[in-house]
Amino acid sequence: MKKIKASIHLYLHYISINIRSMMQYKTSFFLTTAGQFLVSFNVFLGIFFMFRRFHSVEGFSYSEVLLGFSIILLEYSIAEMFVRGFDCFAGIVRFGEFDRIIVRPQNEILQVLGNKFELTRIGRMFQAVIMFVYGIAKSEITWSFSKVITVLFMLIGGISVFSGLFLIYAALCFFTLDGLEFMNVFTDGAREFGKYPVGIYGEKILLFATFIIPYALIQYYPLLYLLDRRTSALYIFLPLLACLFLIPSMLLWKFGVRHYTSSGS
Amino acid sequence: MKKYLSFFRLRFAMGLQYRAAALAGIVTQFFWGFMEIMIFRAFYRTDAAAFPMTLSATSSYIWLQQAFLAFFTAWMMENEIFDSIVNGNIAYELCRPIRIYDMWFTRSLANRLSKAVLRCFPILIAAAFIPEPYGISAPAGPAHFLLFIVTLFLGLMVMVSFCMLVYVLTFFTISPQGLRILFVSCVEFFSGALIPLPFFPDRIRLLMELLPFASMQNVALRVYSGSMSRGEMEKAVFLQFFWLIVITLAGKMLCKTAEKRVTVQGG
Amino acid sequence: MITMEHVCKSYRIAKRNAGFKEACKALFHREYETIHALSDVSFTIHDGEMVGYIGPNGAGKSSTIKILSGILTPDSGTVLVDGRVPWENRIEHVGRIGVVFGQRSQLWWDVPVIDSFALLKDIYSISNEQYKQSLEELTELLDLKELLRSPARQLSLGQRMRCEIAASLLHRPRILFLDEPTIGLDAVSKLAVRDFILRQNKTAGTTVILTTHDMQDIEALASRIILIGKGRILMDGTLQDIKKGNDDIDRTIAELYHSYEIG
Repeated sequence: MKKIKASIHLYLHYISINIRSMMQYKTSFFLTTAGQFLVSFNVFLGIFFMFRRFHSVEGFSYSEVLLGFSIILLEYSIAEMFVRGFDCFAGIVRFGEFDRIIVRPQNEILQVLGNKFELTRIGRMFQAVIMFVYGIAKSEITWSFSKVITVLFMLIGGISVFSGLFLIYAALCFFTLDGLEFMNVFTDGAREFGKYPVGIYGEKILLFATFIIPYALIQYYPLLYLLDRRTSALYIFLPLLACLFLIPSMLLWKFGVRHYTSSGS
Repeated sequence: MKKYLSFFRLRFAMGLQYRAAALAGIVTQFFWGFMEIMIFRAFYRTDAAAFPMTLSATSSYIWLQQAFLAFFTAWMMENEIFDSIVNGNIAYELCRPIRIYDMWFTRSLANRLSKAVLRCFPILIAAAFIPEPYGISAPAGPAHFLLFIVTLFLGLMVMVSFCMLVYVLTFFTISPQGLRILFVSCVEFFSGALIPLPFFPDRIRLLMELLPFASMQNVALRVYSGSMSRGEMEKAVFLQFFWLIVITLAGKMLCKTAEKRVTVQGG
Repeated sequence: MITMEHVCKSYRIAKRNAGFKEACKALFHREYETIHALSDVSFTIHDGEMVGYIGPNGAGKSSTIKILSGILTPDSGTVLVDGRVPWENRIEHVGRIGVVFGQRSQLWWDVPVIDSFALLKDIYSISNEQYKQSLEELTELLDLKELLRSPARQLSLGQRMRCEIAASLLHRPRILFLDEPTIGLDAVSKLAVRDFILRQNKTAGTTVILTTHDMQDIEALASRIILIGKGRILMDGTLQDIKKGNDDIDRTIAELYHSYEIG
């Protein structure tokens, strides 16, 4: 217990030093934040104009689509804010900074997380929250305790899935630094294509997003529950199942660290 | 001219070096294109009558967009140029017997070309094997194909000249970042990168088509599958020439002013 | 006490050929080349010793330091540092050693140095009292008073190195590894760093292992020198053993490298 408390204290210390560093470049901070907002605002505009022409897609209305998009955007931006340290892991490995992490008496993951806290992602979060509120107001959902819990579980599951993906990316950096851009398909791609409910992409994509990388568990299925298309209580807990994705990610990371300490590069 | 050509070659070769990155890029873009098409398919299945162009033309549009992504993405600007302006290294460049505007223009052109050359063919070939209406179909005719090539390069030039404008404007701002963000979002939205321009409501679309952003990817990608009328094509090509000349001249003039400022202030 | 016995370490490095075809091939099948970074390395270092570890680039110096500090696991052999095996129980081990990488920084670039120190206090779980005491001592000895309030990016290389060394000693390690601590420093900073290391070794009894290419460092600091080349220990002795009456240390070392054909 004491150890956990110390770890949290240390992590908060890391966050504070990150924020103080960032505030040395205030203009840059505000502009990057604004940029984060604008990029996802553009995606929103794309949806907006598509719905001026089409009034629904595969049975989902405009506000329902926005609800699904906003939740995945929220999940992604929170994950990115805290787990960004893994996203810039290629640099940490390339410049030998990981040696420094190993010679310090703290958990490696904690140190990598502390290395970068990306506050600028509140730009994207802001956009997500606005759409979320708008989506809720327009979609005429009758809210109940179980639905609130579902949203909460979606956030927890989503943050876990995206953190797991960042962790996998970082673990791969131990083996090669070339061509890891393809991982963007799973991170940026999920954010980008999460703008529509995963179900509209066809059966094969849905299968992939259910069993391989569980995007559907953190967006599509619980969304169906929120919109009363499904009533089984199972749908409330599906997002939590997605947290299991962290297990293989963690194993790969451990394997990567072991590879690093045996090859030293 | 010769020195710009050798500069071009150098930059081109540099761009070709990153093979693994190119391979990863191809995979990413192929996936991206595929997913985009799935979105349009979903809309098509919901309401085919509301489609402004055929599904197969839309698919071709998207595959071409992915294949020539390096031509038309706004964020692919050169950090080195921004850095050299901000930290004052630009003073060294000014000492060389070379015109800055032309040098940077060549450099950006080479960079985009080299990236696209590596990536376009695998994507196009793979997309050709995807069955109708989701793959890339043949061009509407030989004349359309020729015009596609011409407008593609005109679009690339407009894009590069617009980026040049952003570089040059950096001289007059404190932080290039804000300008860049604004520019990237505008290009994304107005050029048809987000959704093809025909999908916008007509009144907005007519206005958008007049802007310089519409002279980038929009023309070539729509000419290819013949979804523009003859009159529309003539107007579009004219606008491409018009914007290319206007933006390049504006950029060159601003560059001259900026150079003077640098020499007066000593960087 | 540090002991290394019959330590071997080899790497496999993927061969890379030019050409697109080769790059594609490499995706499926790679050829490897084995490099013996360390072959049968053995030595013992007692508490409070100051050892200069020298050799040309690629001789195995940094592999040794990495193994001793727990970054690298050897293929075979035994290593004990104060009774601990470095790569087992990593966290326990690294809490008691200090490492300075001369070419890299552990200070946060944009915040005052003192803030980086405060973070290290938490990372190493140093008690308030001990932190205060260490900080006072180090500030005094390394003359940091004026530097602590400035962000690292505003410091000169020499000033920064003094802060780096202090950062590595806040938790009072019994053993200190210095990897090229004087690289790129001006004469004044070099002298200050050397004086400090010497004093730290004499008064606090810290065991110091130092790798360097600067032979003046060796002359000023190391009473014992271990020479490594091509992954083998070639010589282990005092400065006098190496010099053999020759005054110019750089020339002596160059001749030594030459005689072992490792230069």
